[in-house]
Amino acid sequence: MSVLAPIAPGLWTDEAEPRLIGGRRANGEIIFPVPDGDAAALVEPVALSRKGTLWSWTTQGFEPKEPYSGPQPFQPFLVGYVELPGEVIVETRIVDATAADMVIGMPMTFAVVPFDDTRSTYAFRPERSA
Amino acid sequence: MNDDVYIIGAGIHPFGRTDGRSGRDQGVFAVQQALGDAGVAWSDVEFAYGGSAAAGSADIMVNELGLTSVPFINVANGCATGGSALTAARNAIAAGACDIALAVGFDKHPRGAFNAKPSDYGLPLWYGETGLMLTTQFFALKIQRYMALHGISRRTLGLVAEKAFRNGTLCDHAWRRSPVDLDTILNAPMVNDPLTKYMFCSPAEGAVALILASGKKVRELGSDAVRIASVAFRTRPEGSFEVFAPSINVGGGGKPTQIASKAAFEMAGIGPEDVSVAQLQDTESGAEIMHMAENGFCADGEQEQWFAEGWSEIGGKLPINTDGGCLACGEPIGASGLRQVYENTVQLRGRGGDRQVPNDPKVGYSHVYGAPGLSAVAILER
Repeated sequence: MSVLAPIAPGLWTDEAEPRLIGGRRANGEIIFPVPDGDAAALVEPVALSRKGTLWSWTTQGFEPKEPYSGPQPFQPFLVGYVELPGEVIVETRIVDATAADMVIGMPMTFAVVPFDDTRSTYAFRPERSA
Repeated sequence: MNDDVYIIGAGIHPFGRTDGRSGRDQGVFAVQQALGDAGVAWSDVEFAYGGSAAAGSADIMVNELGLTSVPFINVANGCATGGSALTAARNAIAAGACDIALAVGFDKHPRGAFNAKPSDYGLPLWYGETGLMLTTQFFALKIQRYMALHGISRRTLGLVAEKAFRNGTLCDHAWRRSPVDLDTILNAPMVNDPLTKYMFCSPAEGAVALILASGKKVRELGSDAVRIASVAFRTRPEGSFEVFAPSINVGGGGKPTQIASKAAFEMAGIGPEDVSVAQLQDTESGAEIMHMAENGFCADGEQEQWFAEGWSEIGGKLPINTDGGCLACGEPIGASGLRQVYENTVQLRGRGGDRQVPNDPKVGYSHVYGAPGLSAVAILER
């Protein structure tokens, strides 16, 4: 497999175990992603935890309209929010799971996954016990 | 200054799909109906506010309505377009700038879910490209967590939709006019878990116009008037969870609906217990459930009993979405908030026909919610 390009720069760190990059405001609150433009100067980039818990979830059963640019034919996918304790709750794709597996509060782990043939995106997957 | 502002005329173009008639022409239809209802002429209107999200500017309607030189302000405020027009028209009269004003909203959307453009919302393109920027997802994510925290069942989600379609059968401006039974609703294809296709409203077409007047004018005309006790329009506070949110604050926060609701009740000098009929934003079944609590009509979790007992049915202790709401009427964005106010005007005047709330309702409450996290509440009194 050729190397996939991130769907956008600056979303996660370039390291063996990548982490999402959030932005810490002066008041300590963390947001994701780091904003573009002048607002970028108002936050300090911070690498976020790779582990969190499922805050909520749903299925995406129909193909979104533009600018959605996922692979064809459309495959339904899981979406959720994962709470990174003490940091921020991030919206994310959920992989390696089905709707039946989803339980709010379950442990989740960060992953960088293929989005299509050329691009990667971020996701979380249920943490598997060894 | 005018202390009291009234609705003296209300017009609506049926919601749904009207091939061959533009959104703006539907707006003209609604304005002419509202003028007729109020018993005034277009030339009597001294100020006009209106708009649409996807069907063009409102002020062009003067071509059909008449070139009277009326000041006409276009409102382009997304899901709050109608609520903003109403707020502005009411305030113009309250400020003493005029005695008769128009608020109009109309729209005509393509079929299928709304497709928002990330840059319009200050969001990066990848957020839309990866399929995270959907209003339907937001409502599903919000109700999924709410159900887990507050013990709301899937059956109750189905009962919300069943009620909407039942009320829609009684309403001549509704789009969906056939009942749908609970099993069909619960077993329909899943759109965004836990919400099936019958639990979501669809983008649609339609128009609503309201003629507002000062107390002085109401007395002069002898109008069949309904008083606007309050209007409150608020955007999101810190830490809230809203549509199109790539992240949420771990500390939680307030909600624009709670803030708008509280302000509207304070301005009207009444509380939720005084309301006789309510129209609450029901983009999907879960939204009506959550908005019952956010607007102060029940505690979180009590909705389960409300629906088991039928308390929000037309004959119940607080009828909610008596015209079938967005679920039965569809959602033409620019007109949707004004439809709620239209329906309360109909109910308070006792003109609801088969869907009339019994026992002379005195207080009507309406609530609209939309992207990117805003709420408008209007309270009418008879």
